[in-house]
Amino acid sequence: MASISEEIQNHEKHDDHNDHHHEEHFVSKYIFSQDHKMIGKQFLITAIFMGIIAMLLSILFRLQLAWPGESFETLSFFLGDRWAPDGVLSEDMYLGLVTIHGTVMVFFLLTGGLSGTFSNLLIPLQLGARDMASGFLNMLSYWFFFLSSILMVVSMFVQSGPAMAGWTIYPPLSALPQAISGSGMGMTLWLFSMAIFIAGSLLGSLNYIVTVFNLRTVGMKMTRMPLTIWAFFVTAILGVLSFPVLLSCALLLIMDRMAGTSFYLSDIIIGGEMLTNHGGSILLFEHLFWFLGHPEVYIVLLPALGLSSEIISTNSRKPIFGYRAMIGSILAIGFLSFIVWGHHMYVTGMNPFLGSVFVFTTLLIAIPSAVKVFNYLTTLWKGSIVYTPAMLFAIALVSTFITGGVTGIILADSALDISVHDTYFVVAHFHVVMGMSAVFGMFAGVYHWFPKMYGRMLNTRLGYVHFWLTLVGSYGVFFPMHFVGIAGAPRRYYDYSVYTEFDSNTLNMMMDLNVIITLFSIMAALAQGIFLFNFFYSIYRGPKAPQNPWKSNTLEWTAPVEHIHGNWPGELPTVHRWPYDYSKPGSDVDFIPQNVPLAEGEEEH
Amino acid sequence: MESKLIILLVIILGIIGIAQLVRVYELVSKLRDKKEHEITYRDNQLNSKLMLLFGILQSGSLIFLFLKYGWTGRGVAASVEGNEIDWLLNLNMIIIISVFFLTNGLLFFFSYKYVKKPGVKAYYYPHNNKLEILWTAVPACVLAIIIILGLKTWNNLTSDSPKEAIVIELYGKQFDWTARYSGNDNKLGRFDYKLTLGNNELGLLTKETIDSALFDMQYGPTGIESIKSKLNNEKLVFNDSVISSMTVSLSRKERLARLLTQMKNHHNSKTDKIAWDDVIQKDTLYLCVDQPYELKLRSRDIIHSAYFPQFRVQMNCVPGLPTRLKFTPNITTSEMRKKMNDPKYNFILMCNKICGGAHYKMKMMVVVLNKKEYSNWWKSKANQTFKDSYFASKDI
Repeated sequence: MASISEEIQNHEKHDDHNDHHHEEHFVSKYIFSQDHKMIGKQFLITAIFMGIIAMLLSILFRLQLAWPGESFETLSFFLGDRWAPDGVLSEDMYLGLVTIHGTVMVFFLLTGGLSGTFSNLLIPLQLGARDMASGFLNMLSYWFFFLSSILMVVSMFVQSGPAMAGWTIYPPLSALPQAISGSGMGMTLWLFSMAIFIAGSLLGSLNYIVTVFNLRTVGMKMTRMPLTIWAFFVTAILGVLSFPVLLSCALLLIMDRMAGTSFYLSDIIIGGEMLTNHGGSILLFEHLFWFLGHPEVYIVLLPALGLSSEIISTNSRKPIFGYRAMIGSILAIGFLSFIVWGHHMYVTGMNPFLGSVFVFTTLLIAIPSAVKVFNYLTTLWKGSIVYTPAMLFAIALVSTFITGGVTGIILADSALDISVHDTYFVVAHFHVVMGMSAVFGMFAGVYHWFPKMYGRMLNTRLGYVHFWLTLVGSYGVFFPMHFVGIAGAPRRYYDYSVYTEFDSNTLNMMMDLNVIITLFSIMAALAQGIFLFNFFYSIYRGPKAPQNPWKSNTLEWTAPVEHIHGNWPGELPTVHRWPYDYSKPGSDVDFIPQNVPLAEGEEEH
Repeated sequence: MESKLIILLVIILGIIGIAQLVRVYELVSKLRDKKEHEITYRDNQLNSKLMLLFGILQSGSLIFLFLKYGWTGRGVAASVEGNEIDWLLNLNMIIIISVFFLTNGLLFFFSYKYVKKPGVKAYYYPHNNKLEILWTAVPACVLAIIIILGLKTWNNLTSDSPKEAIVIELYGKQFDWTARYSGNDNKLGRFDYKLTLGNNELGLLTKETIDSALFDMQYGPTGIESIKSKLNNEKLVFNDSVISSMTVSLSRKERLARLLTQMKNHHNSKTDKIAWDDVIQKDTLYLCVDQPYELKLRSRDIIHSAYFPQFRVQMNCVPGLPTRLKFTPNITTSEMRKKMNDPKYNFILMCNKICGGAHYKMKMMVVVLNKKEYSNWWKSKANQTFKDSYFASKDI
């Protein structure tokens, strides 16, 4: 690896003498780029595009949930007569929308978008490396992601509809086209899209791990890495260990669908047809799926926590409290996330004793999570907080991390899970964790590192408006949703008309809340328009960014604003200290970048 | 169409409007020499106050929601197990809500209090081992309590049913439920999915049902012989996809027929009477108050989930994998109607695992009777055993 960086270094020196020689072509610079900064931006823009689609889908089915059976022109406009006859959403398409919304948000926005964007941008820049270990594999990782995004979007337009079995695609529903129309071509495309996605994600993750191990600049010990890098590093390890299991899970399903095997199917009569499959186990699918599914939550969340650690420390002008404890809790969360998947399966017929083991391991995760929350609080304590839009989002992340964390305690407790399993309480819980915390982390990252990505500043005022509308809107969606859930409303219900037959009081309450939720969700969705405008406008017309706009310590801010191949002109910076020397006593300025040598008599933290 | 054009126009004008506002803002910033990355005192103050306001609003709205809807907005639990779960849920809710108010309160208070003020430097405070041990140990102790109480309840809920429990089978299929009472012997007859027929929807296993399933497989309207004769009939013309689906169907049926023949050869008809006295019940599930029930769950096609919200019990029905749940209803339907102050209130069994387009309609009404009413109802079923219905339908 050393030889590669030397090579780049030599190349760089060579470059200095021949300024006009190295002009890159449009294609190699913007499309098939091997530069990590460009790949990061490609991930971000693709993910934003996918995020817009998934958000739009959620508004479509929220209309149905708030005003069931009413006709909306919006619905017929987007879905046409087949899926929304007379402007009323069809039952099957409702499930299709829910499925694609979940899949796109979890995998394409929050896995590809969050970890793909910021791991790519920040790992080399914060470690002081010229680029990723393998630029070519990195490029492939994006193009696999892109291809899988295209397939997922295409799957929404096939005649039999998109996948409709929920984002967890439990067979037999997902295996048998006779059971629901979306399990035909739509499901096939879904599975192939995800298989390609996984391949891309693995290439990316392997690259991140190798880069962190091998390409740290001189003096960048593991214990001097910013928490962002620790978070990306552990995330990448989780991805490498768990995504292959999802691939095997999907492959077995593909075989059941196409090759007549019986991995998941047993004793089924569907649509009047008696199948001969015997001996397969659906529990096998659930175990394989959730062996990825649960680490996936942390694949989504850890990068967000890493980004917010960095942002909160910088904008409190204080070192992050308990740096080593923060690393320890990232590692603990990473480890524990592999032995808790069974808490998704308390009521699936899994042995109850196994359930109790998972109760124990799952609740243990609350300890490192609590440590993180208290460390964030202590970092803010006696700080000197600067409210950049990024800081607002990072603080909101801590709030939602608490809110989503405490409801997780209810769901982890198998006895309590029985009565709220698969209700809106679960939906509210994981949306607060992923839909709010992780998304806020992503917004915080975009606002904070936009100057690094595009060399221009985002408009701060628009950022404030975006933040407050988003915060109020999303809490307005997910707070009431807990109450719908605790009242017992099952998720993935097209409407709640069944309640008219047994409990009209509860129905009235749920419908009141559902209208409120939908109104807030529309408001939050419109607020994203402000962000999109700000983002694309500022790429071209935003004011030019200074080199270190937030007076931050990490290495990326020592690189020039203009993007150059190899990140730093001349030699790579050398690291002399940890990244959190903010407001250190004895220093005149309130920040000391990592590449500043220790002053005489100065102790490292 | 016109309305769409107008909407499009409004959106475009809106974007242009924002763009113009931003331009004005940029010009003003330039005039005042304000940089985008320098956050002004006023902006910091404004946001810190909004943070505090939001913290108050957040707590306030949560309290409002609790007062208005409560965490038992779903009404009282109507089973012994449900009471235990609700007790535990209330305890856990108190713990987590205290943590929520404490930590969120601190967060928004700090965000307000420690906003940047001119001349005040942040306090350099990188770590403190004592504090970190404190907030590792305290959550660990609280969690220990939660885990111990939780597992105790979980063990109660999943342990074996008492001997006097009545055994009932719940059978889910797209998109309805069927119940099978185990009859006077309190034993459910055996079943096999291959025996499922119009007059034996649950596939119960007896000598007669094997015979008729085998007959249907071979000579029934869509049986092996009929498919063969269609395939061999030169006068009929099919396209490729029909032929391939017929061939697949034929090979399936031949395999099933062989399995049925084996089943027939090994069948011991001594156990048939266990099945014959079972009582199959659709639409409404009748239960007796204060009577323990052991429910065996089964599915014909897709995963369903038997979800009784008022009894607070739930378990998936998995094709090919028998599952179970148990509960003891302790409030009758008529008592519950008084409690909920709703003369139309009912208990219900819903499906709570996505199972297709009409998933949301898949339900079965549940009625809990007192002992006397229940024994009357049970007597009325005396002549409606599986045997009665099976041979009645056969005669026709």
